[in-house]
Amino acid sequence: MKEKEILNLQLWQLLAAYIFVIILLVVVKIRGLKKEQEIVLSTVRMTIQLVLVGYVLAYVFKQNNYLFTIAIIAVMEIFAINNIYQRVQQPITKKLKKIIAIAMLTGTLLSMLYFIIFVIGLKPWYSPRYFIPIAGMLIGNSMTGISLGVERLVSGVQDNKDKIEAILMLGATPKKATQDIVNAAFNAAILPTINSMMGMGVVFLPGMMTGQILSGASPVTAIKYQIVIMLGILASVSVTVFILVNLGYKTLFNERAQLVRGE
Amino acid sequence: MFILQNIKFKDILAIDELEIPKDKVSCVIGPSGAGKSTLLKLINNMLSVDQGQILYKRKNVEEISPMDLRREVMMLPQKPIMFAGTIKDNLEIAFKLLEEDVPQEQVLKEVLKKVQLHKELDIQAERLSGGEKQRLSLARVLLLQPEVLLLDEPSSALDENTENLIIEMVVEYVKGNQKTLVMITHSKQIAKEYGDKVIILKNGKVVNEVKS
Repeated sequence: MKEKEILNLQLWQLLAAYIFVIILLVVVKIRGLKKEQEIVLSTVRMTIQLVLVGYVLAYVFKQNNYLFTIAIIAVMEIFAINNIYQRVQQPITKKLKKIIAIAMLTGTLLSMLYFIIFVIGLKPWYSPRYFIPIAGMLIGNSMTGISLGVERLVSGVQDNKDKIEAILMLGATPKKATQDIVNAAFNAAILPTINSMMGMGVVFLPGMMTGQILSGASPVTAIKYQIVIMLGILASVSVTVFILVNLGYKTLFNERAQLVRGE
Repeated sequence: MFILQNIKFKDILAIDELEIPKDKVSCVIGPSGAGKSTLLKLINNMLSVDQGQILYKRKNVEEISPMDLRREVMMLPQKPIMFAGTIKDNLEIAFKLLEEDVPQEQVLKEVLKKVQLHKELDIQAERLSGGEKQRLSLARVLLLQPEVLLLDEPSSALDENTENLIIEMVVEYVKGNQKTLVMITHSKQIAKEYGDKVIILKNGKVVNEVKS
């Protein structure tokens, strides 16, 4: 990456970008959409959060200490898991929350380590400049996958209560009684990742690749990284969702193979 | 075969003592909300009692593997459940779910005849009427030959004529094969005619037991 090729934005250029927010606010005001507060809040939050994260990352990159990398990954995981609990519209039990956390941690950490240590061969392994953004992408995508998976699993069981009970009444196991629902939840959860792979490079240029190109990397280098990242995301989403649905359905039954109700 | 002792389930059912005899037909009647379906679900452990115990072959149902118990004591819910595919798929699926060998086509045809469902095996199950779906569900359970049949109003969607034919067939099958039948019915007439024992439930309590 040649530093001189990077187009560094000046402060006035950054400020100029905010003009569009002002135009949007005027339009919203005229049309009486009552969204002004939300737009201002989201713009302010986005700015403060990114500025803070920029400084935090700059500090962490400078330290180049594995403890910082681990701490940042831990914070990301905690935020992601909490975000899932809040995003899922269905009621989730404590047991299911535990499974969500286990699936999220196991799935993302396993694929993270595999891709960073074996595929990319990062040295040192904790190099924050690479580890943190890559981990962020894996965690973020797995979070979306798990949210979808939980939603589909819980609603699938609720909507098919009669059918599941009828199957249990024949003497079948809860696993057999929910196999179609578990499969459908898995498919629904990995579908966005599959779809984005389908359109990648043709319908849109992915964010990471765009970022790399903007910051001076050659498109060919950027593409190589993007391919690895996409496969990493697919692995991470698949593993997390697989663990989630295969352990998650069990929390919807008690030890007497009865559907748990009213939670 | 079943002995219920001092059982209580929420505020739905409270029975001090009830016996369900082996190789006999027991009919359960009573107004809606009396706890009839709950009683059947407690017997095959689809629900667990809050208090008391239910013995099956002198063993507490809570101590038997729920899958083994339900394979032997099989319940057919009132609302027929259909699976995607043909009539044949709907009959075979139970065996696939239980990982048992699927019977020959001839056996499937015979059971359809038994339940008065005169349709080809390759017809899509979703195209059947409510009454036909109910008979297909019954056929599915009969094919599995459980020791005890728990039927929740198996003829509620049938016309009077078919209803009589079906009940007569089930009772005949049970008697001829040393099986036990517990059947919820809305018809006092059926209970009186076929029941070796009639259990009358009201507000979650057994108000009368009649043996014929």
